[in-house]
Amino acid sequence: MTWREQNTKEWANINELSSFQFANRKIEDNKIRDAKADTYWMATIKTFAKNRFAMFLVCVLLLLILFTIIQPYLPSQKDPNLIYNSRKTGQQIRNQTPTKDFWFGTNSIGQDLWSRTWSGARTSLFLGIAVSVIEAIIGTTVGLLWGYVRKLDAFFTEIYNLLDNIPSTIVLILISYILRPGVTTLLLALCATGWIQMARFIRNQMLLIRDKEFNIASKMLGTSTLRILRKNFMPYLISIILMRVSLSIPSVIGSEVFITYLGLGLPLNIPSLGNLIQAGRAKLMMPGLRYQLLFPTLIVSIITISFYLIGNAFADAADPKNHR
Amino acid sequence: MGKYMLRRLVRSMITLFLVVFIVFSLLRLMPIEGYFPNYEKLTVEQIEAGLKNMGLLDPLPIQFFRYVKDMLHGDLGYSRTYMANVLVTDILKQKIPISMKFGLSTLFLALLISIPLSLAMASHKGKLIDRIGTLFLVILQAVPYAVYLLLIQAIGTEKLHIKMLYHANDVTTWILPIVSMSLGNIAFYTTWLRRYLIEEEKKDYVILAKVKGVSSKRILKKHMLKNAIVPMIQYLPNSIFNTIIGSIYVESLYSIPGMGGLLVQVIQRQDNSMVQAVVVLFAITGILGVLLGDILLCLIDPRVKLNSKGGV
Repeated sequence: MTWREQNTKEWANINELSSFQFANRKIEDNKIRDAKADTYWMATIKTFAKNRFAMFLVCVLLLLILFTIIQPYLPSQKDPNLIYNSRKTGQQIRNQTPTKDFWFGTNSIGQDLWSRTWSGARTSLFLGIAVSVIEAIIGTTVGLLWGYVRKLDAFFTEIYNLLDNIPSTIVLILISYILRPGVTTLLLALCATGWIQMARFIRNQMLLIRDKEFNIASKMLGTSTLRILRKNFMPYLISIILMRVSLSIPSVIGSEVFITYLGLGLPLNIPSLGNLIQAGRAKLMMPGLRYQLLFPTLIVSIITISFYLIGNAFADAADPKNHR
Repeated sequence: MGKYMLRRLVRSMITLFLVVFIVFSLLRLMPIEGYFPNYEKLTVEQIEAGLKNMGLLDPLPIQFFRYVKDMLHGDLGYSRTYMANVLVTDILKQKIPISMKFGLSTLFLALLISIPLSLAMASHKGKLIDRIGTLFLVILQAVPYAVYLLLIQAIGTEKLHIKMLYHANDVTTWILPIVSMSLGNIAFYTTWLRRYLIEEEKKDYVILAKVKGVSSKRILKKHMLKNAIVPMIQYLPNSIFNTIIGSIYVESLYSIPGMGGLLVQVIQRQDNSMVQAVVVLFAITGILGVLLGDILLCLIDPRVKLNSKGGV
């Protein structure tokens, strides 16, 4: 009889066995984790919604964007480029301070600043959002190739190292200097540099998850590359993409103001927050006319601060460490 | 380490060459008005002769290599419409010292403010002082500087009665531009220093020092600051080089006759050779600044991984 058999025999004493009883407990009662755990996205949205200030800013921004879109269709709105003449004297209504007719007053040649401001906000928001989305699309595509295709890694890294060295202000100035001023030129100039950073962010995130087991498993099971990218990678990347987009919008709007200041921005018949501020700047030293600067700067500040804070709040919310 | 630096150097040189080439070729596409101060009065033959004189009718590669050769000899050509037929280098020689004077004092002021500010914010994380500081930083980073600098100008001249336009002999006129320029730097340095300081706080040596009973002030100043400032050193050469360029916006806001204001003026006058020279100078300082920053970081902190694959 071996040592083990002897032990078992002693242990399996019937009297002792009968002293064990069923506790009648279910395993489900004692599970630590809630069976209905939130998905990643639900958790992100819930964490974000807890941040009341960020939610408030989201509401402010949505209202603002909505208003800039519907403003021209509201009754009795004035044309942003029409010059208004006084009925009595027949002269232009120059530098009229805000009245019942002209809510934000008029500028130095008698255009209505209320409609110009909203039209400018529309242009600037369009530029900001369009540029950020284009950057995101190009950046994500390049980043996916860079991170996923091993053979291309060295090539893209070398390209990145070259391009990253070029100061983006130069590209911005150069493109707007060479091409004719207009929305397309500005779009091109603003899009030209931002995608590089985006691609790098995507690539770094890809490197972290590329060789995880679930990806290898997917590959071994014969999932198509496109499906792997869509189903396995995208959930990890989308929060980075959204965050970058919301942070790049304020910087694009700021760049537009800057490039207009250099005299390379949009022509005056396309109002933008940049050229409104530029026009208002001339009135800075005339206290009575400062309203011309006040309204566009106020709108710019609201838009940029909101996007910036929402982007940061979203980045916090998207981090699983902050999910509870 | 030597191999890394060599690779880094070669890469920067290639970038520089490419940038200069692209800038040069793109500017050849500009309208030719920018080469003549009195374009309207000239006849077609005169223009033709003038262009030929300047060598602008040669094929592009020949023009480019002539340009690079001249540049290496310190000759950047002549300004045409900004100042008729004055050497570009002469104009730059006048402008750069002014910009640098402002830039260096700005940088000094920025470091003087951002180091104590980030220390205070990091040691009172989540408290009132940190919140106020964060609000300040968010405003500086989110709002376009073109907007808040106007506010400073208005307040400074209106309420504080500081003279607005720059005067070389009147020191009070330097205050507003220096303050305006330093704000961006303050926002940048404070944000990152605060972040690095908070990261340091979790490390073992800080915990050990705390357990030993070293006062938290001493830990912060003696130990954490030194470690947190190391990654910041990378940005210092770039900041110093940037002072050559000056601040485009602030300089023209206060009519400071420096490099930044120059760029605005030459763009408005479409002076192609001046735009080219200034933009190339921009590129050189930008690229060299980043290069020196990387090399400095690698010299100071041997722990920095010397892999050549950037972006990680």
